[in-house]
Amino acid sequence: MKEYQTITEISGPLVFAEVDEAIGYDEMVEIEAPDGSTRRGQVLESSEGLVAIQVFEGTSGIDMDSSVRFLGETMKMPVTEDLLGRVLDGSGNPIDGGPDIVPEERRDIVGEAINPYAREYPEEFIQTGVSGIDGMNTLVRGQKLPIFSGSGLPHNDLALQIARQATVPEESEGGDDDDEESEFAVIFGAMGITQEEANEFMADFERTGALERSVVFMNLADDPAVERTVTPRLALTTAEYLAFEHGYHTLVILTDMTNYCEALREIGAAREEVPGRRGYPGYMYTDLAQIYERAGRIKGVEGSITQIPILTMPGDDDTHPIPDLTGYITEGQIVMDRDLNSQGLKPPVNVLPSLSRLMDDGIGEGFTRADHADVSDQMYAAYAEGEDLRDLVNIVGREALSERDNKFLDFADRFEAEFVDQGFQTDRSIDETLDIGWELLSMLPKTELNRVDEELIEEHYVEDVGEEVAAD
Amino acid sequence: MSQATDTDVREDGQIESVSGPVVTATDLGARMNDVVYVGDEGLMGEVIEIEGNLYTIQVYEETSAVAPGEPVENTGEPLSVDLGPGMLDTIYDGVQRPLDVLEEKMNSAFLDRGVDAPGIDLEKTWEFEPTVEEGDEVEPGDVIGVVDETVTIEHKVMVPPDYEGGEVVAIEAGNFTVEEPVAELSSGEEVQMRQEWPVREARPAGDKQTPTTPLVSGQRILDGLFPLAKGGTAAIPGPFGSGKTVTQQSLAKFSDADIVVYIGCGERGNEMTEVIDDFPELPDPQTGNALMARTCLIANTSNMPVAARESCVYTGITIAEFYRDMGYDVALMADSTSRWAEAMREISSRLEEMPGEEGYPAYLAARLSQFYERAGYFETINGMEGSISVIGAVSPPGGDFSEPVTQNTLRIVKTFWALDADLAERRHFPAINWDESYSLYKDQLDPWYRDNVAEDFPEIRQWAVDILDEEGELQEIVQLVGKDALPEDQRLILEVAKYLREAWLQQNAFIEVDQYCPPEKTYRILQAIKHFNDEASEALEAGVPVEEIQNVDAAPKLNRIASTEDDEVPEFVDDLEESLSNQLRELY
Ligand SMILES: Nc1ncnc2c1ncn2[C@@H]1O[C@H](COP(=O)(O)OP(=O)(O)O)[C@@H](O)[C@H]1O
Ligand SMILES: [Mg+2]
Repeated sequence: MKEYQTITEISGPLVFAEVDEAIGYDEMVEIEAPDGSTRRGQVLESSEGLVAIQVFEGTSGIDMDSSVRFLGETMKMPVTEDLLGRVLDGSGNPIDGGPDIVPEERRDIVGEAINPYAREYPEEFIQTGVSGIDGMNTLVRGQKLPIFSGSGLPHNDLALQIARQATVPEESEGGDDDDEESEFAVIFGAMGITQEEANEFMADFERTGALERSVVFMNLADDPAVERTVTPRLALTTAEYLAFEHGYHTLVILTDMTNYCEALREIGAAREEVPGRRGYPGYMYTDLAQIYERAGRIKGVEGSITQIPILTMPGDDDTHPIPDLTGYITEGQIVMDRDLNSQGLKPPVNVLPSLSRLMDDGIGEGFTRADHADVSDQMYAAYAEGEDLRDLVNIVGREALSERDNKFLDFADRFEAEFVDQGFQTDRSIDETLDIGWELLSMLPKTELNRVDEELIEEHYVEDVGEEVAAD
Repeated sequence: MSQATDTDVREDGQIESVSGPVVTATDLGARMNDVVYVGDEGLMGEVIEIEGNLYTIQVYEETSAVAPGEPVENTGEPLSVDLGPGMLDTIYDGVQRPLDVLEEKMNSAFLDRGVDAPGIDLEKTWEFEPTVEEGDEVEPGDVIGVVDETVTIEHKVMVPPDYEGGEVVAIEAGNFTVEEPVAELSSGEEVQMRQEWPVREARPAGDKQTPTTPLVSGQRILDGLFPLAKGGTAAIPGPFGSGKTVTQQSLAKFSDADIVVYIGCGERGNEMTEVIDDFPELPDPQTGNALMARTCLIANTSNMPVAARESCVYTGITIAEFYRDMGYDVALMADSTSRWAEAMREISSRLEEMPGEEGYPAYLAARLSQFYERAGYFETINGMEGSISVIGAVSPPGGDFSEPVTQNTLRIVKTFWALDADLAERRHFPAINWDESYSLYKDQLDPWYRDNVAEDFPEIRQWAVDILDEEGELQEIVQLVGKDALPEDQRLILEVAKYLREAWLQQNAFIEVDQYCPPEKTYRILQAIKHFNDEASEALEAGVPVEEIQNVDAAPKLNRIASTEDDEVPEFVDDLEESLSNQLRELY
């Protein structure tokens, strides 16, 4: 391994060095600063005689005399089943004082794309115990379903609630599995979160005993930003190993993807690339896809990777490139709403802009319940109508509205209060969720339930509720 | 992908630099768009710029660990596809490598690199049946025989367009591989089933004709309000989650094309898997055979190499042209053309080209129109008729239609299906906005609708459009004063419009009876709503309050026609119309 003292330029997170041998694109680099500290980096561009290196741990302290070593390979993650229960930093080094990691294998962290022909279509219902998700935006094993949030909103509480409560009820299992396997191994990748948030997660993991079936990667707010571009890849490489070599059903929580994207932007700017929308690199879609698309299932393989990335929308704007590109790649989104949060809803999930694209195949008879699709559809339509009417009420008052319209208004209120606002500690079965749905829908006259099959109405409609409300 | 046939590689070059999917090399002696094999692993690439002795190459595979100094081989041939039987019932990547073959060769569920595979099976034999005899004169493009490619499609073996043609001196029935000659011409030329064609070049065809037949989609809002013609072009832009993919898939499943080429361009892996799983099971509404028997899939998912995303639309349209040449009606869906445009942008920025609007290269508009120009209703060079309809999904950032890809596309296509996030949020699907969308084919397709669906189809459609327009205007007033402040007749319009939206325009792609709606049913539902409107208007005139009209038992049944089995619709609607009349007349 040759060592060079040929740095020609240092710029932001980038270092340029002259070389006299062929250096591979993406190859790992070690840079030793005069004070003896070493940083790791990666080749971003390699041409004859000159390479551009992106330094993960930041360039401060590096000078023109620092030495550069090329390690002759791309970045690898040492993987082993023993990673379960461990806490690592954002570059994959243990920070829990535990023993050294003895790898069974070292894997390239830039995973290869799954051949679409080899994928198994995800359709096993995951019960999160959260009605706004299970009833309206159902999650399935192998799905990538992000939480679109805003700063200060309780997305972490929701993520923890999901991690605690997520199970796959027996009926929707393939049948050949035993109970234990419905437990998830949680891979937690933190990028630029605060120490306080990190503590919150760790305390919950420890309290519930989840830690022993978790692998935690922590890049905190004061850790180097560029490292954030590696952290999710380490987490996913670990998840792929556990899922596809050892048959674990993994739940990968990545937070906060907004910090990840900021790091991408920083590198792009340092390279003086032509920026795309709002300064983010033009290739951010492809880059994010290489993270999100690593969720899924593979035919003939037991395990799975379910991803819940969390992002905070700058300015609560869902057209901002980060949520926008994410939504174009992921299989839906769960949207947190600031207004609902100030009204005290827990979780403050706004179901209207939320979506689960894999819901249709994961629900219904044999998965959840035969009435699931219709109930969800009808509640969407009714809640949307109630929401519209709220605007009108502000202008003309409730008295000016017809009896019918008033029922939709009541529906919207009770939908928020009883269906969505369940608290972060309540774990509802899918039956409970759908039964609450029917109770609410029964406030409306049967003839208004045009999204529901007539037989299902006969079976589930709660007669006296309608009358009760009408009698008010 | 077509493998270079001449194995003597012309010249070797060396890599000069590597930056993601873009590699530069020296001493290559290649022409523009030549296919090259890059580095020790032989990764496939294409020459996209030449400057003196410096060749810029876009590489169709990941370039990690590739280093300067490694060799580059030139094949001396442009990026081409293999054309011949075996393309249907197959799923390719962006450079026409069959994904099932790749899985087998790589022995992994993950896509490795440096593995090549021919676009069509070179070993398989097909039963060839000649349709010309020895002594017949044949010209380029002429059909000389057929093979059963799938249960649905008879594959026509044609004289390649770049042949001279002449008298058939030898031809016989039998089993042949795609590379064996099936006929010999007096010109000395031998015809094989396999042809090669460079993807960036349109295959020759005769004149384009004005399309007069609709591509019947089985989607009420499309067939009813915004029809696409066979040979036409359509764009379906919308923000994420508004229904681009579901609509494209519905068209792939139900449209009455002979052949479907479905391109998943830079989108989700699971969406392709869904098609791979479903299409072999689902029946084609035309023939009852498995849908896959008329379908060719091309998948470059968002995490697959970006350069192959740029090429996948060309691979797709070239395959479509080949079936058009056989006289088939081909429908091509590209989901999403925005990803293709972004791939252009990404490569362009690595080339440090001067960026145009929003960083897209200045040639964006030209590339888009060249692509859509390959659609059309053609007379083929052998005198048959064939068509390619192209439906492109567009994914505008932030759902904002003013961005370059949407705008440049709208300048070309004649059908515009505008998806609307607000409709999608309230689960009104298909979330196609009826105010903004249009079809410029409407008038030229009217005769077909009159002859094949109902004599008064255009009139009743116009009636529906008018009601929906009026509703739009009235809603603005309602937002200010509430519904009850409107006069009775306007409240009736709102009621009728509600049925148009809920019972007619909405169509759930996941409910089996409703996902495909034959044009007759589309018409019948509309008729029933109009019937309600006419009877209700008379009741209103006779002094019946609109409240009472709204409350007749039969009216909500209009919402149930869609979920009535096709063969029961006539009786259901007849009964319903009768009860509507009776119940409404009882009121006065
Ligand atoms: N015609 C339809 N019927 C029922 N649901 C639909 C329909 N179109 C879209 N959807 C719903 O909307 C979701 C998003 O649609 P999709 O086509 O994937 O959007 P896009 O491709 O625009 O992001 C689907 O997962 C489905 O739940
Ligand atoms: Mg889509």
